[in-house]
Amino acid sequence: MTTTETPVDNGVNVAALLGVRDALPGSPQIAQFQWRATSSWVNGTHSRSDVETFYGFGEEQEHHRRFSYDLDHPLQFAAQDNGVTPVEYVLVALGGCLTAGVAAVAQQRSIQLRSVRATLAAEMDLHGILGADPDVRNGFSGVTVSYQIDADATAEEIRALVAQSQKRSAVYDILTNPTSVTVGVS
Amino acid sequence: MPATTTVIIGAGHCGLAMSHCLAARSIDHVVLERGDVANSWRTQRWDSLRLLTPNWMTRLPGYTYRGADPDGYLRASQVAAMLEDYAGASAAPVLTGTPVTSVRTAGAGYVVRTGQGTWRAATVVLASGAATVPAVPALARLVPAGITSVTPAGYRNPGELPPGGVLVIGASASGIQLADELCRSGRPVTLAAGEHVRMPRTYRGRDILWWMDACGLLDQGYDEAGDLVRARNVPSMQLVGSPGRTVDLNALSSAGVRLAGRLAGIKDGVAQFSGSLPNVCALADLKLGRLLNTIDAWAGASGERFAPTTVPTAPLGLDLRSGEISTIVWATGYRPELSWLDVPVFDRSGRVVHDGGVTASPGLYLIGMPFLRRRKSSLIDGAAADAADLTMHLAGHLDALAGRCERSA
Repeated sequence: MTTTETPVDNGVNVAALLGVRDALPGSPQIAQFQWRATSSWVNGTHSRSDVETFYGFGEEQEHHRRFSYDLDHPLQFAAQDNGVTPVEYVLVALGGCLTAGVAAVAQQRSIQLRSVRATLAAEMDLHGILGADPDVRNGFSGVTVSYQIDADATAEEIRALVAQSQKRSAVYDILTNPTSVTVGVS
Repeated sequence: MPATTTVIIGAGHCGLAMSHCLAARSIDHVVLERGDVANSWRTQRWDSLRLLTPNWMTRLPGYTYRGADPDGYLRASQVAAMLEDYAGASAAPVLTGTPVTSVRTAGAGYVVRTGQGTWRAATVVLASGAATVPAVPALARLVPAGITSVTPAGYRNPGELPPGGVLVIGASASGIQLADELCRSGRPVTLAAGEHVRMPRTYRGRDILWWMDACGLLDQGYDEAGDLVRARNVPSMQLVGSPGRTVDLNALSSAGVRLAGRLAGIKDGVAQFSGSLPNVCALADLKLGRLLNTIDAWAGASGERFAPTTVPTAPLGLDLRSGEISTIVWATGYRPELSWLDVPVFDRSGRVVHDGGVTASPGLYLIGMPFLRRRKSSLIDGAAADAADLTMHLAGHLDALAGRCERSA
């Protein structure tokens, strides 16, 4: 653990997060969350997803505004490239989750961050989604994440930050473990 | 209805340590035991099992190991014999063959029903253990028919398992020992490893537990543990009671054990393993590094460092219907069995809520749980200090009860 002259501030309100954890034994139901998104077809492989509301802390919640995302496929797929591909959003989500975790864990451990940059890559074999080889899965065959972190900490403390961030990451868990998915039509 | 001051439930090392401490204060008590003294050491241990702690650490109130092999590790049968001798030497008032069927509050005390009659007591000490029944995850019901499932409590030796490959679930003390033993017996072994605690048997020429004991780590109190929820849920150390022998994932890989991630699901007969193996290995390596740094800071200078865990390209799926696997060993931990405790002291997960062994129900105590009052609470060597502390609290409670009676008289 590194001590600094000025208080460590990574912009993460760890006290609020720990406050929620302390409140859980008395009211465990506040921990039940539901995340939501809508997806609307625009044209071709172009769709738009909106995210606005969620449920948590025992009641309906909303973001301060509606966020919209365009998803498409690149010109190389004979598409219009109106947005990044869905699989790239998965990398975006993983990077966002792990990096948020690095900041939160660093704050908790009194480590001042100066810069954090992750480079993510996912390997995928198109034989899967094209139905050209039944032995090849649709999804990623592997994901690699490489962090470059400048912080007031030893190399070992930085490795521990990144390891702890994975341990507490929702998207990392979603990617590394099976999840039940039910798709219906109404 | 017979009455006593304290009913202790369970005649393992904790119940007997508690009995010894109560007797020293002349507190009238009885120890109720479902089977014989050290019951689970007689009935729930595999043939080759030895204690993870060296003999010199086998200390109880009024007892220290005086045998010829202080650096050895007792066999399960020797632990049972040692506890039997200890109970005799302490003249512990043990009633064997007396399973408790319910504990209820009654006035300022408790009524304890057993298969052999009912007791009334001012205080009750729950000493039936943290590892009473194997904790097998719910997904075990998805294992295809034809595969033999065993737990470490039921396993005895490799010869009892059907021929063929073995999938060991869990890489704590039981899991790594059984994976090692089964691999040595010539079977193909796959080990599913989640979070684990990597530990060398020896460091700087001494048993790792000698260092942890000497530098005070094992005495660290539950009020100094930081995140107590995490501290109480740390898996058991990857140790085997064999002089100088380290059985970590690197050793197992070298011996031919195939590593996989945590068992995350079973779908259509296919076991699914988590892709998190690289990170759980990184976490274990980092944690071991911090432990060795702590020891070095206490001892001065620095000792050897161990090679990082080599993470293989691990399988994400394993078809349990292919015939490759004939047996699954569920080394997924144990849990207490307190279904007979009819006092509202449980949390939403069914665990007894306590403050260092003191429950919210006055006069009801718990002993023998991980990090109950100190890091070594889960070890035999932790029972003495925990029993002494709880006896002090219990005696104070009895004094308060007596004071209340005098005032109301």
